[in-house]
Amino acid sequence: MGSDRPKKYEKLIINNKRLDGRTLDELRPVKIEVGVIPSADGSAYIEIGNTKVLAAVHGPKEMFPKHQMNENRAVLNVRYAMLPFSTTERVRPGPSRRSNEISKVTRHALESVIFLEEFPRLAINLTLDIIQADAGTRATAITAGAVALAHAGIPMKSLVAATAVGKIDGKLALDLNGPEDNFGETDMPIAMTSTDKNITLLQMDGDFTKEEFKKALGIVKNSIEPLFEAQRKALQDYYK
Amino acid sequence: MTILQQNKQYITENIAKSRDDGRKHDQTREISIETGILGKAEGSARVQIGKTEVIVGVKVDIGTPFPDTPKSGVLMVNSEFSALASPEFENGPPREDSIELSRVVDRGIRESNTIAVEDLCIEPGEKVWMVFVDINITNHDGNLIDAAGMAAIAALMSAKVPKINEDGTVNRDGEYKGSLPVKDIPVPVSVGIINSTMIVDATKLEEQCIDSRITITTTKAGNYCAMQQAGSHETTEEQILKIGEIAQKNGKERRLIIEKSVKK
Repeated sequence: MGSDRPKKYEKLIINNKRLDGRTLDELRPVKIEVGVIPSADGSAYIEIGNTKVLAAVHGPKEMFPKHQMNENRAVLNVRYAMLPFSTTERVRPGPSRRSNEISKVTRHALESVIFLEEFPRLAINLTLDIIQADAGTRATAITAGAVALAHAGIPMKSLVAATAVGKIDGKLALDLNGPEDNFGETDMPIAMTSTDKNITLLQMDGDFTKEEFKKALGIVKNSIEPLFEAQRKALQDYYK
Repeated sequence: MTILQQNKQYITENIAKSRDDGRKHDQTREISIETGILGKAEGSARVQIGKTEVIVGVKVDIGTPFPDTPKSGVLMVNSEFSALASPEFENGPPREDSIELSRVVDRGIRESNTIAVEDLCIEPGEKVWMVFVDINITNHDGNLIDAAGMAAIAALMSAKVPKINEDGTVNRDGEYKGSLPVKDIPVPVSVGIINSTMIVDATKLEEQCIDSRITITTTKAGNYCAMQQAGSHETTEEQILKIGEIAQKNGKERRLIIEKSVKK
């Protein structure tokens, strides 16, 4: 990491501003649209900076294959996929080790807010397609997934939104973009609930001291609200 | 084999007072580490934490670098949940849990720069060393990530780089250039939360009662280099910060055990 940087990314922070003009604790611009896929029970399209994701919910519906059914609650199936054309180098279609792991953590991130026990024996399928990737795809997918679930009328106790906080050129920065993710030192995706700001997803790779870690959590907590606002607004606009 | 509802209730209700096997909340079962257990592998280790047992073999080979990193060697971590280790494990392609385990262990090693991939270059763009870390679970009694992480780093620390023959092939007659350069000792520590009580080194029984599990890997310097949360429950900021401290403390203790056990 950080090696072989092209000249234009030699410095990622100039005068406390990042290359895309943001301050260190500023989110990228966010745009969310609800109900974009008519055949789905719930759907959402989201853009966060240059990352673009489509989310669709099918269900609650009959569980298939049947042996995966849970007698006491619904099963949430999450499938995260980077579409082949979403990055500069073509992504091979189909599940990869990376996408399998992300599907798992995304499922955990959303399960905690859904009243799954309302739908025993049924399945809720959430499909997350990354159509353009520019860092933060799992976080963006979670933010979109929560909106699509709400649009599908799945009872939830809270919304969930996610972003990442990282370290670039030795400084903590919120919501890394592509070059910052590629040439930065640390990346920590986090998902939080809208009601209590509790954490439902936490991953990290890179290097943080104990103090940096504490500060990083604080930055997310204090700066994530615009994502929840965008989620609520998108849902309200749909029913206007 | 799923846990009986009654057992789960018993463990969950009593966890704040005592653990099923009488351990303290932050106490790890007895750890034993052996290295150099396999003759055909360049590095190897067996780690036992209580009844959990993991074997790791490191194979070193010559290969071509990835086109975007012509001067870097290749590090790969893979894991196999062998069907012999637990009735829940089935043969076939790796499942979610196995993929997660190897990726969490991989991130710990990679992000701490334990294996500096630039040191593994033989001929830029043409030939590099490829280091394969294969994790095999031989008995599952919980806390697999921690056991696998310790076994992986112990195996890497014991690994040697073979000589290259005159025709450019790898010498497999046991002639070595030297040790594999290992720069750090990343140690993952997983903390489970059951009914708001935090426990270290959960057994398989306890794992089935866990609301969420957070794994934090620390480096020699005590910094954090990898994290992973799992489980369908929320955690609070305070809990996460506390777990960071637990990971530092336990990581330090476990690192001492690893340093002591590795035969150079």
